[in-house]
Amino acid sequence: MEQFFQQLTNGLAVGSIYALIALGYTMVYGVLRLINFAHGDLFSLGAYLGLTLLTSFALQGRLGLALGLLVLAVMVMGLIAVVGVVLERAAYRPLRDSPRLSAVVSALGASIFLQNALMLVYGARYQVYPDILPQASIRLLGLDVPVMRIVVVLVAVVMMAGLYVFVQKTRTGTAMRAAAIDQDAASLMGIDVNRVVRLVFVIGPALGGGAGLLVGLYYGQVGFTMGWSYGMKAFTAAILGGIGNIPGAMVGGLLLGLVEAFGAAYLSLAWKDAFAFGVLILILIVRPSGLLGERVAEKI
Amino acid sequence: MPNRTMTRGLGIAYAIAAAAVAAAPLALNAYWIDVLNSVGLYVLLALSLNLILGDAGLFNMGHAAFYAVGAYTSAILNTRLEIPILWTLPASALVAALFAALVARPVVHLRGDYLLVVTIGLGEIVRIALVNDVFGLTGGANGLFGISRPTIFGHRLTSRKPQEFLYLIWAFVAVTVFLFHRLEQSRFGRALNYLREDPIAAEGSGVNTARYRLLAFALGAAWAGMTGTLYAAKMTIISPESFGSWESVVIFLMVILGGAGSIPGVMLGAALVVILPELFRGFASARLLVFGLVMMVMMVFRPQGLLPYRLLRFKESDLRRAEDAP
Repeated sequence: MEQFFQQLTNGLAVGSIYALIALGYTMVYGVLRLINFAHGDLFSLGAYLGLTLLTSFALQGRLGLALGLLVLAVMVMGLIAVVGVVLERAAYRPLRDSPRLSAVVSALGASIFLQNALMLVYGARYQVYPDILPQASIRLLGLDVPVMRIVVVLVAVVMMAGLYVFVQKTRTGTAMRAAAIDQDAASLMGIDVNRVVRLVFVIGPALGGGAGLLVGLYYGQVGFTMGWSYGMKAFTAAILGGIGNIPGAMVGGLLLGLVEAFGAAYLSLAWKDAFAFGVLILILIVRPSGLLGERVAEKI
Repeated sequence: MPNRTMTRGLGIAYAIAAAAVAAAPLALNAYWIDVLNSVGLYVLLALSLNLILGDAGLFNMGHAAFYAVGAYTSAILNTRLEIPILWTLPASALVAALFAALVARPVVHLRGDYLLVVTIGLGEIVRIALVNDVFGLTGGANGLFGISRPTIFGHRLTSRKPQEFLYLIWAFVAVTVFLFHRLEQSRFGRALNYLREDPIAAEGSGVNTARYRLLAFALGAAWAGMTGTLYAAKMTIISPESFGSWESVVIFLMVILGGAGSIPGVMLGAALVVILPELFRGFASARLLVFGLVMMVMMVFRPQGLLPYRLLRFKESDLRRAEDAP
């Protein structure tokens, strides 16, 4: 029972990170119908930037732990958002009317570029985050849960809830949903679709960069190739939930995190990475548009 | 009607390329001969993926899985049963095709991007299965070694003479190019193009889309499987890391960069993707950075690929003859 609850909290923590990254994929896909392969690398860029800012500014020493981390998070998310906007302008906008696979290849090129840029700047070896967080754990329902695990889940939930409210309740959010349904009709209604796309490339990468920082703080080390593996898992999560669907990405991320945690603990550690894809295939056989996806099949 | 499969210009280009490859051992050192060997293998892989991705329009980013199945089938047959490696070609084609038909069966109806992620997943599952020594046959993370070298008419090919493999691999390329050009114009090829452009209209005109999609997968996988046999014969050691998701991505890139659906385009794409990083060796570790940048720039300026696919055009006389045919 002890193990069960430990894996449950572990799975929720990993799952919320997947969900945060998945949101970036699903938002971009919703508006542009493009798999932004570079998103995973924006995530690892966030982790590395967090490391650099953490070691060079030592904000937590000057501002206190909580405020320091908050400022750090805002800086990382802001910087990654800038990278995201530049990426969209340079690599994706010129391809908006091209065959869809060309944009996919441009995205793969961007991913390879960012990944290797990280390797050249930081080196190929794993980088270790400084130990600034208390290693405390709190007793919750009779078992010890690391504080960081709870923080990760809470931060992710707050960000996702914020995004959900923004997309559902504000004018800009409505414009975003409209552009996702039909770009042409949306621009006829006076919505600046380019602005919406830019906004998507601010929010998605910012969340991804934030997730990168969380991973760095939670696991304590970052590698330049982790963008691909986390990115693939997160994209799988987005598809599981029904791509283009924001609550779907959250559900898919959490589900995937739980499946991995329980699969690794109870079935086989060696096959851990296969479970995520196995579940994806099983669910798509039953529900071809994902768990919460409602969009009807489109012509390819 | 031998001259219908390709235009004269293309025929001349192929003749020049064939002469260049045949003469390569005179001009190049062993290192570059080996680069040409890998170009040949990747041309085969890219052409086989082109059937699925270019002709049928199915986003398959797990092609390395079929390559792996072929390579492992040959390696297992060769090391366990001591069947000469080249005799395992039909077996690896068959096993890879059956495997593809089996795994693609439940997923071919998926929308493009969904299929793309599912195939990445399938590729990963196959790699993980190989690492975990599934059925106790695949040798785990170390892979299989001691695959015997191929013998042709009593002549044993060795790694000391890479030009011998050059001729073996490129002969296979030549046969493949010829067959695939024929296939492109066959009823099968035209049906695949039709269902790529508009699956609903294709279904409405009596093309059984599910069946043709599966056939495209099976045929592409069979060719990738045979390429796996050639790879195993050349390397004599195979291990799961040669068949990872990066490999699938690279093959995918070759097809799109060259021009999906276009046989010469895909061959050019494969050649460039192999040779360019070799030329960038001066940049050392930055060569993949440059490669990524080149990909972005190329897609922005030439989104349809280097030598894009052109619709087949038939002469009126051809059509009349086709109508008269029984």
